[in-house]
Amino acid sequence: MDKDINIKVKVWRQNGPKDKGYFETFPLENISQGSSFLEMLDILNENLINEGKEPVVFDHDCREGICGMCSLYINGHPHGPDEGITTCQLHMRRFNDGDTITVEPWRSAGFPIIKDLIVDRTAFDKIIQAGGYVSVNTGSAVDANAIPIPRDDAEMAMDAAACIGCGACVAACKNGSAMLFVSAKVSQLALLPQGRVEATRRAKSMVAKMDELGFGNCTNTGACEVECPKNISISNIARLNREFLKAKFQD
Amino acid sequence: MSWLIKSSIGRKFVQSISGLFLILFLLFHMSMNLVLIFNYETYNFLANEILGANWWAIIGTGVIALGFVVHVIYAIILTLQNMKARGNDRYASSSKTKTTWSSKNMFVLGLFILLFLFLHLYQMWYQMQFKELFMIEGARHDGAQLVEEVFSQLWVVIIYVIAFIALWFHLTHGFWSALHSVGWNNTVWMKRLKVLGNIISTAISLGFIIVAIAIYLGYSNLLG
Repeated sequence: MDKDINIKVKVWRQNGPKDKGYFETFPLENISQGSSFLEMLDILNENLINEGKEPVVFDHDCREGICGMCSLYINGHPHGPDEGITTCQLHMRRFNDGDTITVEPWRSAGFPIIKDLIVDRTAFDKIIQAGGYVSVNTGSAVDANAIPIPRDDAEMAMDAAACIGCGACVAACKNGSAMLFVSAKVSQLALLPQGRVEATRRAKSMVAKMDELGFGNCTNTGACEVECPKNISISNIARLNREFLKAKFQD
Repeated sequence: MSWLIKSSIGRKFVQSISGLFLILFLLFHMSMNLVLIFNYETYNFLANEILGANWWAIIGTGVIALGFVVHVIYAIILTLQNMKARGNDRYASSSKTKTTWSSKNMFVLGLFILLFLFLHLYQMWYQMQFKELFMIEGARHDGAQLVEEVFSQLWVVIIYVIAFIALWFHLTHGFWSALHSVGWNNTVWMKRLKVLGNIISTAISLGFIIVAIAIYLGYSNLLG
């Protein structure tokens, strides 16, 4: 049964990108275990506003695990202790009465902190802009099944396309590497005939952009796939390696 | 070819290929060591006539040394870049993500193996090939007897065993990780490669350790 619990929330506060950050601990009483983690933070912020203090700033949008906006490094895990979910899908029943919950922003050189718990993830947009697309001549819509695609390929492409670009992989990685994200975005297109046309250019330019933006080198620790809210497999990373090396050897 | 330095996947490619090459060398080295258990004369024949200061052995040594140097230099570059990419701020709640210990400590393990390597090269290679090559007094042509002298000291055997346990951890991650980095992409085979990696690293480490302990306990040159 869900109970009401009393907890302490230890939150990272940082005024701006250049300011020095620090932890601030807030006690919260009578939080329903049925409420979501973000609702708990909403309650905290409402209290802070009522007390005339500045609320804790955090990212969120759809609150149903599909937009990739929420982040938060909770008690040593990106997106909290549960597997295969985003922070917005995390519920307070995962915590007990008297717990102190540590909430931190993603920490990585590629994701500089903007304020409190919000980090700048535009690096991912820049990587997508570098080649994460297919070029299609406009005109009347083409029949969806005009090109036959093997079922396994379609499934694998769909699995890769489940990536919501939240950045948990970078946050979990000891090397601050964005390989899981980039590999998913390369794989979802490389596996399909429509994406093959630009495959070599895409692999090269997306990896080049990733390196340029200061993400680290993957060492296959596998931390990313453990923490990924969409369970993206690191076999995508092997595929990206192959796509990239193939492209380079063709030059 | 500048992508082998400039690109992250290029750097990993070099690290993988050099690592796999060094695994082949370890397999050869381990096989030759096993000869010590059976016959010293055969070992000395192999060491002096097949290897020794012959031109092919010198080139071979150079290639292997190059493999080591490349592997070490790239390891340093990759580690420094990764520390920079990770940023200065650490997580207060630390990382609770479950990953294998060896995968997160490849550099530390490698560093330990490298330190051991200096000792090992001084004790063995310097006395045999190097001294002969540069006409330094006291070059040893009785390699097997030299090995026996070295391994009669307990502290050498202990360091030796610890180094190869470190190597075991290094290889259990290194083998499959290298193949992953060169683009071996297969969900079925990846599991098999991990098992194969465990078998190879166990065979290598065990092979080396058995010879050292056997010599220390006097169970060598059995057919001599």
